[in-house]
Amino acid sequence: MAETATPVNPEALRAARRSPASHLAPSFETGSVSGTVALKEIPFQTMVGVRVARESDAGARLASVTGGLPAACGEISGNERATTLWLGPDEFLVVAPESAHDSLGGDLVRALVEALGEDPGQVVDLSANRTTFELSGVRARDVLEKGCSLDLHPRAFRTGTALATEIGNIPAMLLKTGETSFRIFPRASFADFLGRWLLDGMREFASPEVP
Amino acid sequence: MLLISCPNCGPRDETEFHYGGQAHVAYPENPDALTDRQWAEYLFYRDNTKGAFAERWVHSTGCRQWFNMLRDTVSYDIQAIYRMGEPRPDLERPVVNNPAATTPEGATK
Repeated sequence: MAETATPVNPEALRAARRSPASHLAPSFETGSVSGTVALKEIPFQTMVGVRVARESDAGARLASVTGGLPAACGEISGNERATTLWLGPDEFLVVAPESAHDSLGGDLVRALVEALGEDPGQVVDLSANRTTFELSGVRARDVLEKGCSLDLHPRAFRTGTALATEIGNIPAMLLKTGETSFRIFPRASFADFLGRWLLDGMREFASPEVP
Repeated sequence: MLLISCPNCGPRDETEFHYGGQAHVAYPENPDALTDRQWAEYLFYRDNTKGAFAERWVHSTGCRQWFNMLRDTVSYDIQAIYRMGEPRPDLERPVVNNPAATTPEGATK
């Protein structure tokens, strides 16, 4: 795998880059309704795509880095270092904070590459592939339900579940991080569309409820 | 809208899937020996069944895995869903509204 060039000054690099929905940040702030529903972007999370057979030796080695590999659709696993989402029977997405990236002094990608070794499978740095939206508040589920056909009721969609699905007709990962908070991982090119879609869904909650 | 039970993910909307045409079309054992006509028939000729039809689907926006489905082309009833490589289930009579194919319990997790 080609090594990402480590910049001389990581802070200069961080100041120069823009996240896929950075231009919507002011809209997210004005569109959020205090105490009801809030939307923000969590930019530049470290994401690594992993493809490996779970039962293989390489799978076990990778699991020791990520704190386990989820076994079935919806499950997640993780440790203090990263969270791992199930994408397919042999496909996983490792999500970690920005500082875990090798170019910023972390060692997550390198550790995963070394864990896979020469065995069949792949470890790919996908940090620029998706961005992260955090939708939270008591009305967050109502906003999501306008564009997502999954059963998002707490009895079916529990905290600590992640599903690959469609939100607003675009493919995205949906992770439930708390009773009223969700993280959405759209591809970078869909971030503008999905950000505006969610803002539109949030708009009604800024007005007083019609009895 | 069909509600399709992905063998990995459970019931999802039809829009999450893509269609892959007729299932169980085997690659010719000895393609060199085929005439142009036989090769064309392998490549392009497919059944146009009225009734139960075995077809391939892929869960594009979910687990991205292929699977087979036995679907009635008249009523759109999904009679069976089975994994790639498994033989077509031998249903003696068409099962109407098979609950195993449309409930969450039908999905193997």
